[in-house]
Amino acid sequence: MADLRDLYQEVILEHSKAPRNYRELPSANHKAEGFNPLCGDHFTLYLDLDGDTIRDIGFQGSGCAISKASASMMTQSVKGKSKQEAEKLFSDFHKLVTGQANGNHADVGKLAAFSGVSEFPVRVKCATLAWHTLHAALEGKQDAVSTE
Amino acid sequence: MTTAAKTLSREPGPVLVESSAFDVERLRRDFPILNQKVRGKALVYLDNAATSQKPQAVIDAIARYYQSGNANIHRGVHFLSEHATGEHEAAREAVRQFVNAARMEELIFVRGTTEGINLIAQTYGREHVGAGDEMLVSAMEHHSNIVPWQILCEEQGAKLRVIPINDQGELLLDEFEKLIGSRTKIVAVAHVSNALGTINPIREIVKIAHAHNVPVVVDGAQAVPHIRVDVQDLDCDFYAFSGHKMYGPMGIGVLYGKYKLLEAMPPYQGGGDMIRSVTFEKTQYNTLPYKFEAGTPDVAGAIGLGAAIKYLNSVGIDNVAAHEHELLEYATHALSKLPGIRIIGNAKNKAAVLSFVMEGVHPHDIGTILDQEGIAVRTGHHCAQPIMQRFGIPATVRASFALYNTKAEVDALIAGMNKVREVFA
Repeated sequence: MADLRDLYQEVILEHSKAPRNYRELPSANHKAEGFNPLCGDHFTLYLDLDGDTIRDIGFQGSGCAISKASASMMTQSVKGKSKQEAEKLFSDFHKLVTGQANGNHADVGKLAAFSGVSEFPVRVKCATLAWHTLHAALEGKQDAVSTE
Repeated sequence: MTTAAKTLSREPGPVLVESSAFDVERLRRDFPILNQKVRGKALVYLDNAATSQKPQAVIDAIARYYQSGNANIHRGVHFLSEHATGEHEAAREAVRQFVNAARMEELIFVRGTTEGINLIAQTYGREHVGAGDEMLVSAMEHHSNIVPWQILCEEQGAKLRVIPINDQGELLLDEFEKLIGSRTKIVAVAHVSNALGTINPIREIVKIAHAHNVPVVVDGAQAVPHIRVDVQDLDCDFYAFSGHKMYGPMGIGVLYGKYKLLEAMPPYQGGGDMIRSVTFEKTQYNTLPYKFEAGTPDVAGAIGLGAAIKYLNSVGIDNVAAHEHELLEYATHALSKLPGIRIIGNAKNKAAVLSFVMEGVHPHDIGTILDQEGIAVRTGHHCAQPIMQRFGIPATVRASFALYNTKAEVDALIAGMNKVREVFA
C-alpha cells in the first residue's frame, strides 16, 4: 500500500506552506498561466529570460500542497539554468513522478522528494502543472496551459 | 412464460410501501459493492451526489433483460420485442407514479439530466427565446444548467442573468422578483444544489414565474434520490433527473414536461421511433413521448431505473429523507467541532450534501488522505465553478449521503479529518 508519508514528505509540506519565489516579477519578459480545471489549481509563472538563460523566475496562484510545493521547488531548481537544461530537468522529473526513473534520482537533486507521487497516479498532474506552465512560458505560448 | 404474460397485461406499478422500521444494516446488504475493502480499509462511500451505488435488484433487472428479454422495441411483431416494449413502458409508468406526473406521455427517457436540459434549450428555447430576451438561472447551478442556456443565449442573442444567493447559500427570492420581467422567457433552477445541498423553494419560484407567464425548468438530479418530488404539486413546467444518482444505472434519465408544452415543441433529434411516416418530401412526427425519443433507446437502462424506483418505494422516500437528514445533522455537528473547518452552504433547508473547506489544507490533499482511509469523497469545484467563486474558494471537500450510509461512516470521516490534521500539522 502507498504510504502517505512518501507523498507528503517534510520538504514538500514545508514548501507548500512557505513557497519560494512566490512573487510577481517586475522584470518578467515571459509569462504563462497553468490550470488544473478538475482541482481548481491555478498558477501564473513569471520568467526573466536573458537569451537562453533563466535569470529569474517567480510564481503566484493557488493549488494543493503537491502543486504548490512542486512550483516552489521548480523555481529553485531552474533559476540560472538554460532553456535546454530546464527542459531536460522537466523530462527527468516527469519520469520520476510517473515511476519511469528506475530508481535513478541523481539527476533531479532535491526534486527526488516527489518520487512518492508515482504511487498516486491521480496526483501526477498536480506535480507537473508548474512544469507544463514553465514549458509554455519558455516556448512563448500565449494560451493558458491545462493539465486535462 | 408467466412473467411475460404478466408484463404484457401491464403489471400494476410499484406500490408505495412505507417500511415501519428503517434498518440501515439490512439495507446495506442490498448493495453488494459496499461490502469490500479499498486501500486495505472498509469502503466508506460518501460520494453519492456524484453517483449512488446500485442495489442487487437493479443489477439483476438489467442482467435478466439481457439474459432473457433483449429485443428492439416498438417495432417487432415477435414475442421478445413485444415483451421488451411492455417492460420499457412499465418503467415509464413507474417513473410517472414516482414523480406523480399526470400522464405517461409527459415523461421522456433521455441519457440523463444534462441531456434533458439540452433538449429543452434546443427545442422550447430556440422557439421562445429571441434577440434581446433574457433567461434566469440561479447562482448555485451545476454547469449542466448553465452551459446549455449560454449556448442558447449566444445563438439567439439573448442574455443570461443570475439570481443571487445569500452567504448561507439560499436563493434570494426578492432579488428574483426584481430580475424577472417582460423580457424573461425561461427560469432554470436546481431543486437541490449539488455543491451546497440547498433545497430551493421551487413552488414559490414557480408561482412568481407563472405570474409573469414564464415557464420554469427544474434540475432535479440531486432531489429525486433524497426528497419526495411531486411535479404536479410543484407545478413546474419541466423537471429533469438522472437514474444513476437514484440507485439506477448510468446512461438513463428522465425529462418531465407539461403535456401542452411538449406537444407544441419541435423534435430534438431526428431518427427512428420519433416518426409516424417518412417520405422524402415530408415527415410526420410521432406522438408524445416518442417524438422526443429518436433511435433505439436504452431499454435495459429504463428497466434498471424502474427497478430502482421499485426499490426506493419499498424503502420509502420519506424514510430515506429522514435517515439522511439525521446523518447530515450528525455530520454537520461533528465536523463543526473540528478546528479550522468552514462548512460551505448552511441553508435552513438542506439535503444530503456536506461541503466544507479546512484552513491551510487544499481539498485535493484532504481527498487523497481520506482515500487512504478507504473514504470516498468528492473534491473540487463539483462542476459548479460560479458558486465556488461566489464563496471565494477554488474547491471544497464534499461528503454526500445515501440511504445506506451510517453514523459509523460519519465517525470514520471525522477520524479521517483528524488524520489530515496530523499530516499537515
